[in-house]
Parts: sequence; structure tokens; C-alpha cells
Amino acid sequence: MSNILELNLADLQKAISDKHLSAKEITEAYLQAIEQNSQSNCFISITEEKAIQMAEESDKRIERGEGLALDGIPIGVKDLFCTSGVSTTAGSNMLSNFVPQYESTVTEQLWRDGAIMLGKCNMDEFAMGSANTTSYFGSVENPWTTRAKSEKKLVPGGSSGGSAAAVSGGLAVAATGSDTGGSIRQPASFCGIVGMKPTYGRCSRWGMVAFASSLDQAGPLTRTVRDAAILLKSMAGYDPKDSTSANVSVPNFELALNGDIRGLRVGVPREYKREGTPPEIENLWQKGIDILRKAGAVISDVSLPHTKYALPTYYIIAPAEASSNLARYDGVRYGLRAQQTELQDMYQRTRDEGFGDEVKRRILIGTYVLSAGYYDAYYLKAQRVRALIKQDFDNVFENVDVLLTPTAPSEAFAIGENDDDPIKMYLNDIFTVPTSLAGLPAISIPGSLSNKGLPLGLQVVGKMFDEESVLKVGDVLESGVEFTLQEVGKQ
Amino acid sequence: MKALIEGQTGTWEIVIGLEVHAQVSSESKLFSGASTAFGAKPNTQVSLIDAAMPGMLPVINQHCVRQAIKTGLGINATVNLKSVFDRKNYFYPDLPQGYQISQYKHPIIGEGTLTIVSEEGEKEIGIERIHLEQDAGKSMHDQHPSKSFIDLNRSGVALMEIVSKPDMRSAGEAAAYIRKLRSIMRYLGTCDGNMQEGSLRCDVNVSVRKIGEELGTRCEIKNVNSIRFVQQAIDYESRRQVELLETGDSIDQETRLFDASTGQTRSMRSKEEAHDYRYFPDPDLLPLEFSQNYVDEIKAELPELPDHKRDRFIAEFGLSAEDADTLVEEKATAEFYEELSNGRDKKLAANWVITELFGALNKSGIGLRESKVDAHNLGSLIDLISDGTISGRIAKDVFGEIFESGGSANSIVERKGLRQISDSGQLTDLIDAVLSENQDKVTEFREGKDKLFGFFVGQVMKRSQGQANPKLVNELLKEKLAG
Repeated sequence: MSNILELNLADLQKAISDKHLSAKEITEAYLQAIEQNSQSNCFISITEEKAIQMAEESDKRIERGEGLALDGIPIGVKDLFCTSGVSTTAGSNMLSNFVPQYESTVTEQLWRDGAIMLGKCNMDEFAMGSANTTSYFGSVENPWTTRAKSEKKLVPGGSSGGSAAAVSGGLAVAATGSDTGGSIRQPASFCGIVGMKPTYGRCSRWGMVAFASSLDQAGPLTRTVRDAAILLKSMAGYDPKDSTSANVSVPNFELALNGDIRGLRVGVPREYKREGTPPEIENLWQKGIDILRKAGAVISDVSLPHTKYALPTYYIIAPAEASSNLARYDGVRYGLRAQQTELQDMYQRTRDEGFGDEVKRRILIGTYVLSAGYYDAYYLKAQRVRALIKQDFDNVFENVDVLLTPTAPSEAFAIGENDDDPIKMYLNDIFTVPTSLAGLPAISIPGSLSNKGLPLGLQVVGKMFDEESVLKVGDVLESGVEFTLQEVGKQ
Repeated sequence: MKALIEGQTGTWEIVIGLEVHAQVSSESKLFSGASTAFGAKPNTQVSLIDAAMPGMLPVINQHCVRQAIKTGLGINATVNLKSVFDRKNYFYPDLPQGYQISQYKHPIIGEGTLTIVSEEGEKEIGIERIHLEQDAGKSMHDQHPSKSFIDLNRSGVALMEIVSKPDMRSAGEAAAYIRKLRSIMRYLGTCDGNMQEGSLRCDVNVSVRKIGEELGTRCEIKNVNSIRFVQQAIDYESRRQVELLETGDSIDQETRLFDASTGQTRSMRSKEEAHDYRYFPDPDLLPLEFSQNYVDEIKAELPELPDHKRDRFIAEFGLSAEDADTLVEEKATAEFYEELSNGRDKKLAANWVITELFGALNKSGIGLRESKVDAHNLGSLIDLISDGTISGRIAKDVFGEIFESGGSANSIVERKGLRQISDSGQLTDLIDAVLSENQDKVTEFREGKDKLFGFFVGQVMKRSQGQANPKLVNELLKEKLAG
């Protein structure tokens, strides 16, 4: 038997059904790896007892011949999915003492299918960040720091940084993440794994700590496209408790991975060719185009003219919603409360101590753009531009089936590198934000290594609720690029 | 009912607009399944959503939407097939989300009208809009020497905010408007209108102007919770504004509070201190959309409303407009009256309800529901009058007994021997006795003092202990005195 930690999710499923491995063996291997790699800081909390208990239950079911789809699959959960009886912090001091008495719909469905919770993954505070450096619980180390022999510790990307680093580093075979403007795809790209943001409305937001309600969407971080398809099947589904959840059936995504993309139309948006993009990213993009063409896809040049407005639009809408969503953290009912005798002092001290700088910055921006006298110029205009951006996609999707772009404009950078320059940090999302604004499904596939030996990702974007095409093309790319994770679990 | 204020510099007109917050009659809250029952122990009717726990999401309660549509149809308003929920952002400890979900730019109900009746006759009051919104919780400042307590039972309860146009010109019109609105909502079953329990609250906008001039600067008096207080607040506030203007001051647009103990209003916050609520569409909720068919179905199920009932009472029952108005104001009264008058003299039934029953209820301070009088026992009393078994005079005594102790009219009449004397022989004996005792008056009468006729009738009635049939007594007396 090869190293358990090197097996991907689909491999584990086979090993379990063939009775080569038990759920408990797998889980113990992962718990041990987490313990040995605690310096990576991927997890905010480790639910060891719960994991063992869930594994034992999995084994009992398997023994009875009643094994479920994800029985014996140990996963990490981004710490903004509320987990009943398990601390849920959203990476913030504000919720550092918060233990929900309810389970998010997405995690509930994963447990329903037999998955095992290893713990809660580190993340940027309230999912606001692109490097996992805004977490109250500290930065996360990208496992490629060691693999690429980097002198400086590298960021895993963000905001789902802990999830991505754990999956890449062999501390979880898969993890849940959430993506508001790129928070699954960009860290997947930085860590050399697969990350998928499904269509807005595909996964329920119920029980997921909100950042920006009209953009937040849960999705899987895995080592392969197939694994993403398997995990997404369990995460997705209509939820009457979320009014924005889509009442559409969930296909068996895995069946889409048949490798046949003959005649499939792939658009290459010219606006994504930006000056200053490193040549290695341009080369990877071309490599992706070549792989798809060779597999029989029809490649065409397309235009998304409003792309350049996406980032400013996003940085108005997301903070506006966040400023309101985070108003509930007032110290009155749960979470942090600064002991003060006057109400106003209590509010101010609680929110001052509870929130970090990036969260405060976005609350300020959001409050500003919604203020009387500025609303029309900022928020309303941003909503109009958002509609135009969505229209761009609708237009090109009349002629193509998917789009191919790079995932991020750079490789992973050193911890602390962009922290004093928010604009530079925000630019990390330049290729991922437009799809978020349009609500479209998109996946990041590891494509190649940069000159420094760091992973770079390719993004495939699809039509609304057409995750199947996205996964199918992602699968073909994955086979074509021959990228492999090195030395999983051996840091 | 136009109440003008005569000032030093001329005559002032009061301009009033009302924002009525009516609690939607519903088992559960606007966006959660928690109960809305009144009077439960603090914080026992709070869902995770009402407490704004992290990751919780609102889901619209369809019943509340239906209730709002019904109310809109009840005031002949436009029903908007698409409306939008917005967030109204402000911090307060009894507002868990840090925002109230309300409707700002696109309310569910558009313009409508409501007809009020005042001393000057009928008047149409315009309604600007009705929107759905969540109620906040309750802060309790009197439970602990240094802390405030929060009760979230009300948090998330559905309210309709019903905004009138500035069409009222007196405290009386404002009162009539609230009563009419409450009446319509009770007929529809969309709000119980119970002001003591807070299911109907009012923000009162008051300004004054010289007749014919532009609208003056208004003040908003927040959260007034009885019709009497609304009237007091308007009276005080309009006089205050006139006094200020007449001494050369100007009115500051501000929010004021009504103090029930002094009958005065006082400043709460000025325009400068007003909140910037940063309204924006709630991204957790899709726009609220329904079809015209849905509205039509609701329309088809509407009960008969007070205006229609009133017209019917006048046209079909021959009641006076005033009596019809009185009977239809409360749904319960109208239903009582209709049951009572079924198969009986409509006017007689109306008189008994309005004069005797209402009189007794007002005097004792109880409501129709708690009273021992029902349509059955009052009906049989009316039947006894109609068939001549008892006189109207006796009937009042019997009614008094029913009101106090209940029971049926028939058994009271039998037990007390109150049947009317209609036997002419018996009556002639009574009359003869009275006339022989009052020979001098008989002589005066015959000499032309006609007025004494009433005296003889009175004496006969007295001697019969009120049981003589007055009509027969009259006839027989006339014959005797003529002879």
C-alpha cells in the first residue's frame, strides 16, 4: 500500500470499497499528519475525537454493506461553515469564542454522505483577503515553500488559504472553501490543486458566515478534477432555507468526465491579456489552448469589454454588503464583548478589538458607498456595471461553451509581501472577480510551475449551472498538463 | 370637523399625515418560523434567524405577503406584482441584525384611498403606500440598576407600514382615519388592531400653515399607541407650532416624542441627528414577485367590507346613515346586528343595539364579547315587543336584567309577570279608578286644558306598574274623556 496521504479522494473510495483501507486508518493517518505539520497553521481547530468517532461510524456502515459515497473520506472545513458544537471563528477575534448550535447545510450534506471532519481550516478574517494573512489566528504556510525551497515563507493565497494548503500538503484529502471574488480559485492556483466555485445558488449559503451575500458561494478544494466533481455532488442542492439557492437538480458531475470535448467551443477572452502578466503565465495559457485544441475543441477569440471595470465594481459591491452583514457582530448576543458600561463604548471597543484592519477597511468602504449622497455614484453605478459584466458573458456564451483564462496574475508570494498595499493585494482577484460578479461556475486547474518552481493555475468558466462542461474541460486540461503534486505529506 | 386655529396673525390650518404600523395577523414571523403569540416569557419566541446568528438567512413568510395584498385590496390600492426588500441599517441592541428588513423604493402596495366620515360628511384620505417590514425587539431599562435587558420575542414580527398622504386637517379626522383603517383590517383579518398590545402604532406628522399657503415644516411624533394620544399629540403639537411661528420663530424639522403623562410632545432628535440608514436591496432575498392571478384569487375571497355593508344597511334595511356607520365600524358589531336583525324589524333591532346595548356596554366598560347579551336573547326580547307581549318600557327593564344576569327574555317576563295588559275590560277598570280619583283634573281637561291627557296616561301606566298597553290606554282614555 502506498502512502495513504498521497491517495486522492477517488483512490481512497476505491481502497475503502476494496477493503484495503479502513476509514479509521485513513483518518488516523491524516490526524497524525496534521499534528506533525502544526507549524503550517492550516487548521484553527482540530476535531480529533469527532473525526475518530465519525470514522468508526463509517467503518460500521461499510462493514454492514451500507457504505455511503463519502464514507472514510477525511476533509477539512473552512472555518466559516457553522458546525454544531464545534468552534466557528471565520478567522476573526470577533467569533473566537463562538460555538454554533447548528450545522451549515453544506457540511450537513457532507456528513450525511459519510465524510469525516478533521477540523476547521484557517482563512482570511471573514473571508476578506487573498493571502490568508488577515486571519486573527495567523498566517498559513504554503507547502510549496518547502517544495520550491523558497527562502521566505510563502502564502497559500486566500481567503480559503488553510483549506488549500491542507489539501496540497496532505493534511486533508479535500476541503470545503468559499469563493466571493476568487477565494477558492486563487489559493487553489497558489497551492497547485483544483478549486471550484460553482454557480451562485448551486450550494446553500445557510449556516455559512456571510461576507458578501450576492457573491458568496461554497465549493470544493481537491487534488483532482474528479475529486472536485465527487465532493461538489454532496455539497450542492436546493435548500428552502436559502432564498437565493437555486431549485435545480444536481447532476452526477462525475459522469461528465468522459474526456470527449470534440467540437466543444472554447473562448479566449482578449481582455484577460494584460500588460505585465508574467510570460510564464502567458505560456501556460497558450499551453492550455493547445491541449484543448488537440483534444478537438474549437478555440476562438472572444471579447468581454467591461472586464476592466470588474475589480472596482467588486470592491464596491462586496464591501457594501459586508458592511451590513457584519453589523450583527455588536457584542450584544454572542462573540466578543468588550466590557464597558456605556452602550456606544461597548459597540466601539467590541468592534475595534474584534475586527482586524482589512475587515475594518472594507466596512468603512462599504459604509461610505452606501451613504446618502454617495449611493447613486458608487453602489448604484456598480450594480449597473455588474449587469453589463454579466451581459458580456451572456453575449459570448451565445457562441462558446466555456472560457479559458489564467486563474491569478502571479504565483504565490512571500508572507507579508503585499500586506501594506491593499490595491496590489486586490489585483490578485483580477481574473476571478468577473465570473463572481456574473455568478458563473469556474474551476482552477494546476497547469505548470513558474520559474521559481511554484504552481500556476488555469481557469475554466462555464455557463450558469453548466458545471458539467467546466469539469469536463478541466479534466481534459488536467490530463494534458501532467502536473503532479510532489511529496504530499512529507514536509 | 376642520379644526382651524385662530392665532394673533390669522387663521391656521393643521396638516396631518399618518404612518400606521400594523402588526400582520400571522402565526409566525415575517422571515422565520418563530411564534408571534403575545405575552410569552422574554426570549422564548426567538429563532436563530431572529437572533441574527452567523450564517442565518431570511425566508419570506407567504402568509404575510397574502395579508399585505388583502389589506391593499381593502383600501382599493395598486398591488405591485414586483416589490423589493431593502435593508435599513442602524445599530441598536434590540435590532439583532444591525439592520431592519423593510421595503424602501419598491413597496408591495402602492396608492389607495380610504373614506372617513366626520361631522362634515364623507372625506377621502389618500394612502401613499403599504410596505412590509420586520419589527425590532424590546429594550427593557427598568429591570436592573445598571443594565438594560433585551427581549427578542417581537424581533422579526411582520408589520405593515401604512403611509397616508397629508390629507387630514384635524385631530378628529386623524382619529376617524385610524378607526376606519383598523376597522377594514379587522374585517379582512389582517391585523387585530389591538393598540394596548402594540399591534397598531402610529407615527404622526404634523405641520401648520395659513390657509392656501404651501405646506409648512413638519414634525414627526413617533410611536403613539392610542387614538386618544394621537389626538392629544396633534392638538398640542399644532398649537406649539402656531405659537412658535407667530412669535417669529421657525419650525425645526425633527422627530418628537409624545409624553402621555403631560400630554406634551418633546424633541427626540433633530434633522441633523437623523440616521443615515444606508438603504440597499437585501442580497439575501430575491425580489418579491407574484402573478395577477394570485392577486385576483385573493380578491375573490375578500369579505364584505364596512363601506359596502353600510350602503347595504341603508339601501336594503332603511337604516339612517348615522346608524349604519355605527353598526359597521366594528366587524363584531356588524355581525351581531346582522344575526339579530335576521327575520326581525331592522330599524327596531338597530335601535336596540345602538341605544340600549351600546349604552349599557359603555356604562359598564365591557365589550360585546364579554357581555351576557347575545343575538338570541336580545332577539327574543325584540320579538316580545313586536308581538305586543311587553311594552317598550318593560322591555328596557327586562334588558337590564339580561345584561346583568343573562337568561332568556321569555323566562324573565313570565317569572316577573311582566306581560302587557291588553284586555280592554281590565284597562277600563284602571282608567275609571284614575278618573274618579282626579275629578278636578277631568273637569279642567274638559274645559280645554288638553295637556292633562298625558297626566292621565301616566297615572294609568303607573297604576298598572307599567304593564298597560300604552296604545290601548290612549284609545280608551280618549273615549272616556270625550264621554
